[in-house]
Amino acid sequence: MVVLAQTDLRLDANALDYVLVAFYFVLVLGIGLVARRSISTSLDFLLSGRSLPAWVTGLAFISANLGAIELIGMTANGAQYGIPTAHYYWIGAVPAMVFLGIVMMPFYYGSKARSVPEFLYLRFNRTTQRVQAVVFALASLLIAGVNLFALGLVLEALLGWPQSVAIPVAALVVLSYTFLGGLSAAIYNEVLQFFVILALLIPVTLAGLARVGGYSGLVEKITAGPNGAEALSAWPGSTLTEIANPFLSVFGIVFGLGFVLSFGYWTTNFAEVQRALSAKNMNSGRMTPIIGAFPKTLVPLVIVIPGMVAGVLIPQLVTVKAGGASDVTYNNALSLLMKEVLPNGVLGVAIAGLLAAFMAGMAANISSFNTVFTYDIWQDWVRPGREDGYYLRVGRAVTVGGCVIAIFTAYLAGSFSNLMDYIQALASFFNAPLFAIFIFGLFYKKLSGTGGWTGLLSGVASAVIVDILVRVGVFAISSQAGSFLGASAAFIVGCVVAFTVSQFTPSKTDAELSGLTWATSNKEQRGQGAVAAADAGWYKNPVIMGTLVLVLTLVLYIIWW
Amino acid sequence: MSDRNDVAARPPLSAILFDLRSVIGLLFVVYGVVLTILGIIGETPDELAKAGGLALNLWTGLAMLLGGVIFYVWAFMKPPMPPQPDEVAEVAEDGPPHKGH
Repeated sequence: MVVLAQTDLRLDANALDYVLVAFYFVLVLGIGLVARRSISTSLDFLLSGRSLPAWVTGLAFISANLGAIELIGMTANGAQYGIPTAHYYWIGAVPAMVFLGIVMMPFYYGSKARSVPEFLYLRFNRTTQRVQAVVFALASLLIAGVNLFALGLVLEALLGWPQSVAIPVAALVVLSYTFLGGLSAAIYNEVLQFFVILALLIPVTLAGLARVGGYSGLVEKITAGPNGAEALSAWPGSTLTEIANPFLSVFGIVFGLGFVLSFGYWTTNFAEVQRALSAKNMNSGRMTPIIGAFPKTLVPLVIVIPGMVAGVLIPQLVTVKAGGASDVTYNNALSLLMKEVLPNGVLGVAIAGLLAAFMAGMAANISSFNTVFTYDIWQDWVRPGREDGYYLRVGRAVTVGGCVIAIFTAYLAGSFSNLMDYIQALASFFNAPLFAIFIFGLFYKKLSGTGGWTGLLSGVASAVIVDILVRVGVFAISSQAGSFLGASAAFIVGCVVAFTVSQFTPSKTDAELSGLTWATSNKEQRGQGAVAAADAGWYKNPVIMGTLVLVLTLVLYIIWW
Repeated sequence: MSDRNDVAARPPLSAILFDLRSVIGLLFVVYGVVLTILGIIGETPDELAKAGGLALNLWTGLAMLLGGVIFYVWAFMKPPMPPQPDEVAEVAEDGPPHKGH
């Protein structure tokens, strides 16, 4: 019997590291206090009074997605698969973000809707709004809990804090700044987090590369290892998709990831769209996802590459890659690399960055949850017609309630680890049919209200059915291919049902749909009108900047073909 | 918002210091100074070996210091302007028009 030596995951943080982390927390709470000064209405609290400049909302747009699950998961994928991981950042995000900015944002922002469900009310009907609001609210709380639980795990492993302490403390920090400063505090902290996360990733990447002899040293070591050639080029990405046929693998990446999953997530997920809706004017709203797309194309350089370095530098991960037994998993790649290459000092900054990433994810869930709950469930449904101060108080109370429930879902996620996977899968299923009725409703004005919500529900049902069939083994495909298939099925079924039902149910009149569909909007409403003087200049033009970032993505693809 | 300034007037110093760019600047300058000092008083051979020979604290510190100063310069060069009255009026307080219930 072979006894494996226990791997010590604990980071050797010293007092100075903790001081650096503490200073970060002081600033985070300070931002909450400062942001509080500008809150007098529910719109200030829940949508930042629609006052933020584009660079702020653009970086928050990326940061809301750059949570810790993403950091840990994508460095793990980098260690396991190498360069193909970048598909999640390039084809899996950039085209959708550019499309959101150029085509969809004029309709979102121009409608003055305060949330995605409210837009669904304007375009479809109350039922569609309520179905989406309830599902989104539930999913946000569950995912906030998953984020919190993951944070508890990491704090326990890296710093030795017991989970029963780490989870409530982290929830309390997120609660205090979102309670005080509302969405502004959440967004300001997301921008701060973006830079602190970079201050974690860049030194880890540089030091890691220095240890393996630069990028050429890394290439040499990876080529010598298992699946060496596949790990160094993006296409066909068979190791990532687990689809052996190269053509089908490329098709899965382009249609499944690049179209259905990516457009579903980036263009309809309110936690993202909310950042653009809080921009100060239409042009800033349109620039938000496009400004966010620039860091999105570059960030894999400091996420995927350190993952690849960890895969050849950390002995336990080398063992895992070779198929041997070890007590670590790929999910330990980032923390093991931090421990291996960072001296005290930078280590403290890096720990602050990691904690920042956790709070970013959870704060995005909480701040979008309280907007949807307050406006779509409370004001438009349960208790309409009160004065604004009442809804501001509801927004604050819901923030507290949301954090408390997230603590419970965190413990729930901890007790049933499979449940956690399933919640994340389920949440991603909901995006595909939502995107289906969204995009269909944008270009087909006869899509009716009843068609909207039946399409939504049947799309979700078909995704769940495909998922179950994959899990019980009726379809013998990998879970990755299964999620592409499930999302595609949801998209197609959603469109077909919405179209069929619309043939028998009345749709809204052209006057009611003004500015909500392509056919019933004028050039100004589509964002093709004259440019305001303040928005002149190529760097404020969504079409030019959107094209630039697509070209940048293409160049990166050519480099790592 | 009773103390709304004239649009052309320079905003008060407190508005600049509490601007998001200054907060990021503060974080980066403080981190930068601490790491640079750590780097100057010397990294042990062990620490240098960890980062493959890079003086990681020193370089990260200097880079963060530079980044922090750039954020401060930006905040002072283009200070946050108080919202103009017509912009404030444009913001609807109760969402889109509700077409019946």
